[in-house]
Amino acid sequence: MELTLWTYEGPPHVGAMRVASSMKDIHYVLHAPQGDTYADLLFTMIERRGQRPPVTYTTFQARDLGGDTAELVKRNISEAVERFKPKTLLVGESCTAELIQDQPGALAKGMGFDIPIVNLELPAYSKKENWGASETFYQIIRTLLKDKANEIDNINPQRWKSLGRRPKVNILGPTLLGFRCRDDVIEIQRILSEQGIDTNVVAPLGSSPDDITRLIDADINVCLYHEIAETSCEWLKRNFGMEYTTTIPIGIKNTISFINEVHEKLNLPLTNKQELEHKSKLPWYSKSVDSNYLTGKRVFIFGDGTHAIASAKIAKDELGFEVVGLGTYSREMARQVRAAAKDLNIEALITNSYLEVEDAMKKACPELVLGTQMERHSAKRLGIPCSVISTPMHVQDVPARYSPQMGWEGANVIFDDWVHPLMMGLEEHLIDMFKHDFEFVDGHQSHLGHTATKLPENIKTEHEQSPTNVEKKESIHWTESGRAELTKVPFFVRGKVKSNTEKYALSKGLPEISDETLYDAKAFFG
Amino acid sequence: MSKVDLNKETGPREVFCGLTSIVWLHRRMPDAFFLVVGSRTCAHLIQSAAGVMIFAEPRFGTAILEEKDLAGLADAHDELDRVVNDLISRRPEIKTLFLVGSCPSEVIKLDLATVAEKLNTRFLGQVRFVNYSGSGIETTFTQGEDGALKALVPLMESTDDEKLLLVGTLANNVEDRFKKIFNNIGIPNVESFPPRQSTELPKIGKNTKVLLTQPYLSDTVRDLKHRGCEIIYAPFPLGVEGSTKWFLAAADSFKISELKVHEVIAPLTNRARQALEKHTEILRGKKLFLLPESQLEISLARFLHNECEMDLIEVGTPYLNKDLMEEELNLLPDDTKIVEGQHVEKQLDRVRASNPDLVVCGMGLANPLEAEGISTKWSIEMVFSPIHGIDQAADLAGLFSRPLKRNQILTSKSLATH
Repeated sequence: MELTLWTYEGPPHVGAMRVASSMKDIHYVLHAPQGDTYADLLFTMIERRGQRPPVTYTTFQARDLGGDTAELVKRNISEAVERFKPKTLLVGESCTAELIQDQPGALAKGMGFDIPIVNLELPAYSKKENWGASETFYQIIRTLLKDKANEIDNINPQRWKSLGRRPKVNILGPTLLGFRCRDDVIEIQRILSEQGIDTNVVAPLGSSPDDITRLIDADINVCLYHEIAETSCEWLKRNFGMEYTTTIPIGIKNTISFINEVHEKLNLPLTNKQELEHKSKLPWYSKSVDSNYLTGKRVFIFGDGTHAIASAKIAKDELGFEVVGLGTYSREMARQVRAAAKDLNIEALITNSYLEVEDAMKKACPELVLGTQMERHSAKRLGIPCSVISTPMHVQDVPARYSPQMGWEGANVIFDDWVHPLMMGLEEHLIDMFKHDFEFVDGHQSHLGHTATKLPENIKTEHEQSPTNVEKKESIHWTESGRAELTKVPFFVRGKVKSNTEKYALSKGLPEISDETLYDAKAFFG
Repeated sequence: MSKVDLNKETGPREVFCGLTSIVWLHRRMPDAFFLVVGSRTCAHLIQSAAGVMIFAEPRFGTAILEEKDLAGLADAHDELDRVVNDLISRRPEIKTLFLVGSCPSEVIKLDLATVAEKLNTRFLGQVRFVNYSGSGIETTFTQGEDGALKALVPLMESTDDEKLLLVGTLANNVEDRFKKIFNNIGIPNVESFPPRQSTELPKIGKNTKVLLTQPYLSDTVRDLKHRGCEIIYAPFPLGVEGSTKWFLAAADSFKISELKVHEVIAPLTNRARQALEKHTEILRGKKLFLLPESQLEISLARFLHNECEMDLIEVGTPYLNKDLMEEELNLLPDDTKIVEGQHVEKQLDRVRASNPDLVVCGMGLANPLEAEGISTKWSIEMVFSPIHGIDQAADLAGLFSRPLKRNQILTSKSLATH
């Protein structure tokens, strides 16, 4: 048993629902009790969808358990097929149904329908949402394409040349309730078409079973989100020889690598290399003098594997931040995240416990947090600015405006979203200059209106602390002069200065901290 | 009983399970923790229904069953012991810990009662353990509160003192209003269940008169009756009419004259009727369809028809307790179509065919219906908002008039002509 107060990922059948709801002409009969219908609101409320997810819940009750729940499953399947007339039927079970072992997939297959039936076996007690989405997408592709595997030759990525047409690719992985998927797809299609590359199929988002059977018309696959599409891309490679890209085009460097990778795989010459450097404003904005103040900003990153790894790269190489923490809740991508962390000389945090993440965040003393909505809340409590980079989805992560993470526009969005919560460089400089003026008050906010500059509880100077704060009683004594000097430190770095000074004092075995100790520590840490 | 048209329906449903009630129960009793013994689905359900990202560390959680628990590799009771120990050392301020059964824990027949008993012995004097089931194979949405309260009844000490006991979670401000009004009417000893602190359970006995504030407490009522309490049957205190009859029923059982009640509540009633008028203007003659979810549907239908002059197309309810609802059913117009249970697809067919002006439904259905041009009101709002009592009648009506008013604003011709 695992004590969970809050979870980053839902159960695997919610992942299956993400795939089913992303597609057309498909229906999912889920053997599940009534409470599981809550999952509909993820789509209708968070994504503001105007359609119900294409899911029928069998809604078995305690009194059914003694009787024939298999009959109930069959009745629901018949009704769903008759009412919704899907071109492909998904059949599966949620956690409770898994225990009663009705095998709804096998039941459905025995009912004599003339549509493909995908039997989803998603172990609810060991797997989670993203795995469920990946497995569902893979099972749909496998069911609809397995018979063709022996019929056709391996797909040569360069075949477009001999076929006398433009190269075309599939974009695989975007789903509903995926982070900014809707806009990423538009951005990537735009980038590809600028390079003379057509999109064959985007899936699961917006595709139908007919589109899935057309996947093999493309020359290569673009794996846009490893969490969702890697298994499918591997299967298509094994069975049809279809090559797929592995670079995730988030950030300028990754987007350029991605374009290069696509061109190499298709054996298509890249003619506009110079031009690519100027497609996004991020490089210039990052180089402009105002951004000098971003240098070495300490940033803590936590999210799904794809976005956490990409964010770390952008933070370090494109914005000049120092990455002081990197982690993920995606256990399936733990290896890659560990490798990325190793390159940064830090240790990756792989956990599903948001409290562990909050503790790590506290210890890292970051100036910016890039995380999920939960890290946004943790950061708010700690008074640290935060930008959201990853699922789990919140209604705010589905903005009305075009707001991709990928490609050129994605890089623009990222620059704005990450830098605005920090105080703009010039403004920060001015505040520092004028901090002794009477107009200046602690908690002064950037004109950009972000609210993360509040002095948090845990970095108040000692005499301000409440007597109930037992943990802090052990901390070292600050003299009058030390306290006075600390209050002169700009509030947005005061926490760091305080903890650094205390760390220094402890390491030197000093009994108290005066103004001089503070300056000693400042010199020591540089 | 009035001649309402009672129907039953079975099929796929679109309702929450009893676990959802933890969302308001834990707020009512800030010294209690609700530990669901279930799956990742349970954890995800509660956090999704509650939108819990606002909490630093919520006072509810899930002990998620894993493969090894199911395969018998780990003793589920030992595992639960470990989780509870962790939790209590983390949250020493917790006074009552509810062990809440779920669909999977019910199916594998995890005996939470025995676990609770053992833990009670071990943590005697520190934390009290109570167990109930919020599983979706047995309970719907608000029935979770029924289970939680029923589990507390055996812990309530006995007394022969005469008192009025209000049963069912109320918003604190509404509870205070009610107590004041009852005092003015001449009932001095009024207590609430659940209390604001889990350790301050009211005492009960043969001179306790139980007045329900919520219609979904069938099992709790049964157990209170067994403890000798007298149940006051009345409509529920929603709207002016329901609240007035509710006060009158209580007064009657305390042998207080109707005149006295009217004297106390007359000024409230007058101003409430005035406040209601502007909502009634919007709601009058509009067609209402209520989908089943909270069991408040029948009381809401009565209020919206009798006081706001809406026309009732269909009143869904997940479960109908005819004894508790008799007074309400009597107030409904003849031939009101009441449907107990649900076949969500067939019911939505009827929604579309009847062309309603407003549909009360769950969050999963609201936006899809809006997208079809049908105005909706989420039923979950009724359990989070202070809607009980005469003073709240206009606010209650406002929950229903707002979507219609908004619809009017957004579809007015002003956008087209400018």
